[in-house]
Amino acid sequence: MNWVWFHRFGSPPYFYRFAGRWAPWFLGIACVLLVVGLYGGLVMAPVDYFQSDAYRIIYVHVPSAYLSLMTYTYMALAAAVGLIWRIKICHAIASACAPAGAGFTVVSLATGMIWGQPTWGTWWAWDPRIVSQLFVLFFFLGYISLRGAIEDRDRADRASAVLAIVGVINVPIVHYSVEWWNSLHQGPSLMRADGPTMPMSMAWPLLVMIGAYTFYFLAIMLMRARAEVLRRERGGAWLREELARAGAVS
Amino acid sequence: MRRDLLLAFRRPGEWLQPLAFFALVTTLFPLAMDPEAAVLRRLAPAALWVSLLLASLLALDFLFREDGRDGTLEQYAVSGQSFTALLLAKTATHWLLTGMPLALAGPLAAVSLGAPPSAMPGVFFALLLGSVSLSLIGSIGAGLTLGLRRGGALLSLLVLPLVMPVLVFGARATANAIAGDDAAGALYLLAASGVLALTLAPLAAAAAVRISLE
Amino acid sequence: MGSSPAVRTNLTLHSTPSADARLEVLNLHLWRGDRHLLRGLHFAMEPGDALQLLWPNGAGKTSLLRCIAGFLHAEEGTIRWRGVPVDADPDAFHWEMAYLGHETALKADLTAAENLRFACALRHGAEEAAMRIALQTVGLAQLDPMQPARSLSAGQRRRLSLARLSLWNARLWLLDEPAANLDAAGQEVLAELLRHHLASGGMAILATHASLAVDSGRWKTWGAPAESAA
Repeated sequence: MNWVWFHRFGSPPYFYRFAGRWAPWFLGIACVLLVVGLYGGLVMAPVDYFQSDAYRIIYVHVPSAYLSLMTYTYMALAAAVGLIWRIKICHAIASACAPAGAGFTVVSLATGMIWGQPTWGTWWAWDPRIVSQLFVLFFFLGYISLRGAIEDRDRADRASAVLAIVGVINVPIVHYSVEWWNSLHQGPSLMRADGPTMPMSMAWPLLVMIGAYTFYFLAIMLMRARAEVLRRERGGAWLREELARAGAVS
Repeated sequence: MRRDLLLAFRRPGEWLQPLAFFALVTTLFPLAMDPEAAVLRRLAPAALWVSLLLASLLALDFLFREDGRDGTLEQYAVSGQSFTALLLAKTATHWLLTGMPLALAGPLAAVSLGAPPSAMPGVFFALLLGSVSLSLIGSIGAGLTLGLRRGGALLSLLVLPLVMPVLVFGARATANAIAGDDAAGALYLLAASGVLALTLAPLAAAAAVRISLE
Repeated sequence: MGSSPAVRTNLTLHSTPSADARLEVLNLHLWRGDRHLLRGLHFAMEPGDALQLLWPNGAGKTSLLRCIAGFLHAEEGTIRWRGVPVDADPDAFHWEMAYLGHETALKADLTAAENLRFACALRHGAEEAAMRIALQTVGLAQLDPMQPARSLSAGQRRRLSLARLSLWNARLWLLDEPAANLDAAGQEVLAELLRHHLASGGMAILATHASLAVDSGRWKTWGAPAESAA
């Protein structure tokens, strides 16, 4: 791995400029993918035999569920790197992931409820996957609360990092919970070793939506992290130059 | 290094509180609902475990609080001894004084909720193993929230998601015991999670306390 | 002071040779939040040295002590004990170091003697005789043995923590406001303890408001954070 690249990333000015340049692009890609995916899912994909049109909510539900787990993993990873190698940027990134991740989890639970109503006849069920998602939400909320409760910023960074790492155990539990316990959820139909069981015409909008959500997440995370860097490096000389330059250009 | 025991004997009030709380909460359940025998018996595992959790959370609050406040934890950190081992000893003493009594009281509460006396050993072991895991995992939360103003509420929010597996296994074991089925499988799972907690939790708790001491 | 010989007996139990005991602080930079507290601090201490930090509040003296003690992590720079970076083997360093912070680390419910016994068991055991001598040295010998530490005055508690300090055979003393709550007699006790400690090859770094007048060892005083000693 190219360590120089890694260390450059760790410097706030570089990250600030990087995030500033790429975030709008990511957002743009996300929008494009979103439109394509939604069109594909809502209009072009064939009607499902069992669930008719109601299943289409899968195009919102599954990506958000997937992203919520991925976000948590990224957050835990950033927190771990920040804790072990003491790179402060990683803590800014981790704290930026949390609200987005919590949002994804809420969307996933809400769309899950909306989907559950016509298909299973109930708004809520104590199914292992649902409950595990709920706990992921609690983890995010716990992370955000812990950060908020500690005044000293460095201590807040490191304490919430420990929390994120300890909570990462929950992620595989959610992913495999469907296989371990009998549940209302169908088995994994996308990420299986022997290829997806879903027909391609249904599957590709899903993949596109997952891509859309991912880029959206990256954009949001970069923007938030950038704002966090602003807040942390208030007195830095490089920041003053940067802002002066931005002011001169616009 | 178990001088905390001596300290505990000087301050009995603190340690009796969780026990009293546990007794109180388990009594609340039958009061709050229809005390029909069969229903109560089915409810018993849940009631026992929820009470155990709440009482343990109450107890965890003061696991590190005093020592953190008067500087003893600091001295532990720079004593040249293994900080992890010292904290583990503290947690163990704390468990002996909080978790253990709860596990002992559990079977009695279970019987009061309609469980057959033959279920008592099963219930006892389930609560015992579960409370060990609870104390260990809770020590991480206690370390993270050390010295914070509203630490108690935050502690609950942080610890409860982490102990979810313990709750699931423990409730299943207790339910099996009360129904007369073989609880061994669930008990093994409980024991396994306890061992996992024993290996990982002390390290995380030590890291958490060190961060709080900064 | 009549009890001086006894104090010296306690302190000469250093088991390791003082020959290569040396604390080196190299190019230390410390940030607390946004503030750059310590900028390139650079100094060394030999047995018999004492360093008094006479800095104003908020200048970072507590942070420096805590950083050396190992609670805080310095962003840049190294701290070396006996030539080995402290990060490499913190336990060995801590074994030879004693830190006295703002809190006294005394349990209010235990008696004075029990507190001492407890504290010494943390390092290496202590005999009853040594403990009694330590209490005598700090002027607490006449306490009711059954009295819990809660009922001691702040000054007495501080003296008790000084007694604990004398029982630990630590070569490096890091003292944060050691004279707090001490009356004139208490300060004399502290000065006496320091004198003996330095004379038998120990080192001490103190953070104080008012200068302590101790005429022993190589006593350096720093008045402002940005200085570096030669």
